[in-house]
Amino acid sequence: MPYPKRFDGRKFDETRPIVAKVGVIPRADGSAMFKIGNTVAYAAVYGPRNLHPKFMQDPKTGILRCDYNMLPFSGHGERVRPGGGRRAREISMVTENALRPILDLREYPNTVVDVFIDLPQTDAGTRCAGITAAAMALADAGIEMKDMVAAVAVGNVQGSIIADLTYDEEQNKTETEGVADIPVAFMPNSGKVTLLQMDGKVGRAELKKALELGREVCKKIAEIQKAALRAKYMGESQ
Amino acid sequence: MEELKMQDKAVVVPGDTVAQGMGFLPSKGTYRENDKIIANRVGLLSVEGKVLKVVPLAGSYMPKIGDRVLGQVSDVLFSGWRVELFGPYSSVLGVKDATNEFIGRGANLAEIFGLGDLVVCKIVNVTSQKLIDVSLRGPGLRKLKGGRLIKVSPMKVPRIIGKDGSMVSMIKQATGVNVVVGMNGMVWIDGTPEGEIVAVETIDKIQNEAHQPGLTNKIKEFLEQKTGKKVEPRALAEGE
Amino acid sequence: MITEQKQHVLAYLNKGLRYDGRKPLDYRNVTIEYGITKSAEGSARVRIGDTEVIAGVKMSVEKPYPDTPDKGNLMVNAELRPLASPKFETGPPGDQAIELARVVDRGIRESEAINVHDLVIKSGEMVWSVMIDIIPINDAGNLFDAAGLAALAALRDARMPGITALNKADYDNRTDKKLPLKHEPIPVTVLKVGNTLLVDPLSDEEDVVDARLTVCSTEDGSLAALQKGGEHPFTIEEIDQIIGIAQENAKMLRSKLAR
Repeated sequence: MPYPKRFDGRKFDETRPIVAKVGVIPRADGSAMFKIGNTVAYAAVYGPRNLHPKFMQDPKTGILRCDYNMLPFSGHGERVRPGGGRRAREISMVTENALRPILDLREYPNTVVDVFIDLPQTDAGTRCAGITAAAMALADAGIEMKDMVAAVAVGNVQGSIIADLTYDEEQNKTETEGVADIPVAFMPNSGKVTLLQMDGKVGRAELKKALELGREVCKKIAEIQKAALRAKYMGESQ
Repeated sequence: MEELKMQDKAVVVPGDTVAQGMGFLPSKGTYRENDKIIANRVGLLSVEGKVLKVVPLAGSYMPKIGDRVLGQVSDVLFSGWRVELFGPYSSVLGVKDATNEFIGRGANLAEIFGLGDLVVCKIVNVTSQKLIDVSLRGPGLRKLKGGRLIKVSPMKVPRIIGKDGSMVSMIKQATGVNVVVGMNGMVWIDGTPEGEIVAVETIDKIQNEAHQPGLTNKIKEFLEQKTGKKVEPRALAEGE
Repeated sequence: MITEQKQHVLAYLNKGLRYDGRKPLDYRNVTIEYGITKSAEGSARVRIGDTEVIAGVKMSVEKPYPDTPDKGNLMVNAELRPLASPKFETGPPGDQAIELARVVDRGIRESEAINVHDLVIKSGEMVWSVMIDIIPINDAGNLFDAAGLAALAALRDARMPGITALNKADYDNRTDKKLPLKHEPIPVTVLKVGNTLLVDPLSDEEDVVDARLTVCSTEDGSLAALQKGGEHPFTIEEIDQIIGIAQENAKMLRSKLAR
């Protein structure tokens, strides 16, 4: 039986309420906060800056380095032991790959652009919120970027393709229908995918529909990212 | 179809389509994708005829030959010193570029410039690997003693200096504080504590209102109100 | 050897001024927000000037320590995440983070701010474990005070979870029950630079510190924790003077907690 209505009453292509702010951490070169429903992500950019140890430097280009971390009190239930762990490392890596296509750091050989993503509160869609905040923070740091990158988790819940899954929806498996949780990131101008992962079970046709939905939703999220950037910089130039 | 999608002086962010049409020319801060011209950094759009570029509102300093910058000595080398420029790249000051006087072979370099010394220097060479050479030979270039260093956005430096140094000149007239601005976003101020505090507030104000019209007048009024001294936005005198 | 940087700070202090225009005993503007993260049992955000620190309280049901069957557990942890300052690095907590956590911990523990006996569910078998995590978001100086205040505010904000049939914390069903808070220990940090005592230090001042003393006091003025830092000594008179400054400012900060 298809998922008739979402737990919180949203439409299938509707995201939870979003708040986006840029320039929230004065000490950083660029920073942003992205909140979607109950998931909150801070991102801070330091760089381009010196990279140590020397053997990690690339004489042809600067490198992007992302660090994703959930704060100990951010989880639904028990305290999350600090230290990241394997999940955080993997998310850090896919975050880097999601952002690299928009960056060209050849003007900054031997340097690093560090992006630190910390989440004080989580309710699904965490890596997507992190990537979305990171893109705003990179722009705020004045780094050259071909385009923004926006991310959202789309999914297939009991046969319905939906956008921005909550924790409850992710868990909503039944015996006959699977759930697929598909975090995706898009560059809004080209509509190309920079992050794609999947947890669960989905057919080929459903995946295509889910990606198309993701593309449309990410375009809308990108407008919110840009509005947040404009809000900060127009405040300065008016 | 030739169409400008955004106005001159509009705030643009990465990914914004600023124009459509093959007649437009992308310049710094924009690029062409098929028939669209797209912004690739946060800044103000500048439209000069068909040439579209972005004046950045944020970003780090890119070293350029001829720029006057503020640096700090971080190491004494075999034939010179390493000078940090408070950015991703450090620079080297060679013995031959250190002063107009002759430095003998056996001289103790640490006595000329020690660790932590602040200098105003000029960039004389930048390689493709961003290896930077600086020199202290030239008018106004010297070691700085005392004072206080603050960091500003390199993008706001021209505004902080003002036309012909008029902003810096007004600050000096009102507070008696010497202000030396490096293109790398470092500003050295030296005066009385009260004067420096007003100078820092003024520089913060310039940064926050950098692209607003009538800024010179606003700063003039701000300084007059804060210090009770009359100031004129004139050019900075030689040696100031 | 006094560095030029320190000389400059001293020149200001000789005129009774600091880099941001404050007088030596002026405290920056302080704001406290409660309940800033829903996933924690209690949370708070403290801003002192541009310094911003958040703290969260998580609770769980544990076995008590064998030698204290009638006491609940309390733990304070601090992480200096690199997003807050270019000086912080990824990796396990270093000396600065550990000192911060332990000083805040002592203030809360030694003052018996939480009545740990009231955290017992079943003597010898089940007690509440209260875990406080402190995370700076922007470091513009004086993390000690901001951290201590945020931890306390988070404890005040906390509501106890229910208990499931399997004797675990029920995070889905929180009660209205507050934590058994008896006292409000608040740390205040005073720096000595040259001959001047300054309260609520800026990062520039922390860079040239001669000696620092963090004093944690409770609402009746008694002292719950002390921590001296910096390479230079204090005289007894200076320490006594600092205690007075700390008690006064703790009173001011305590008044900001009330909501």
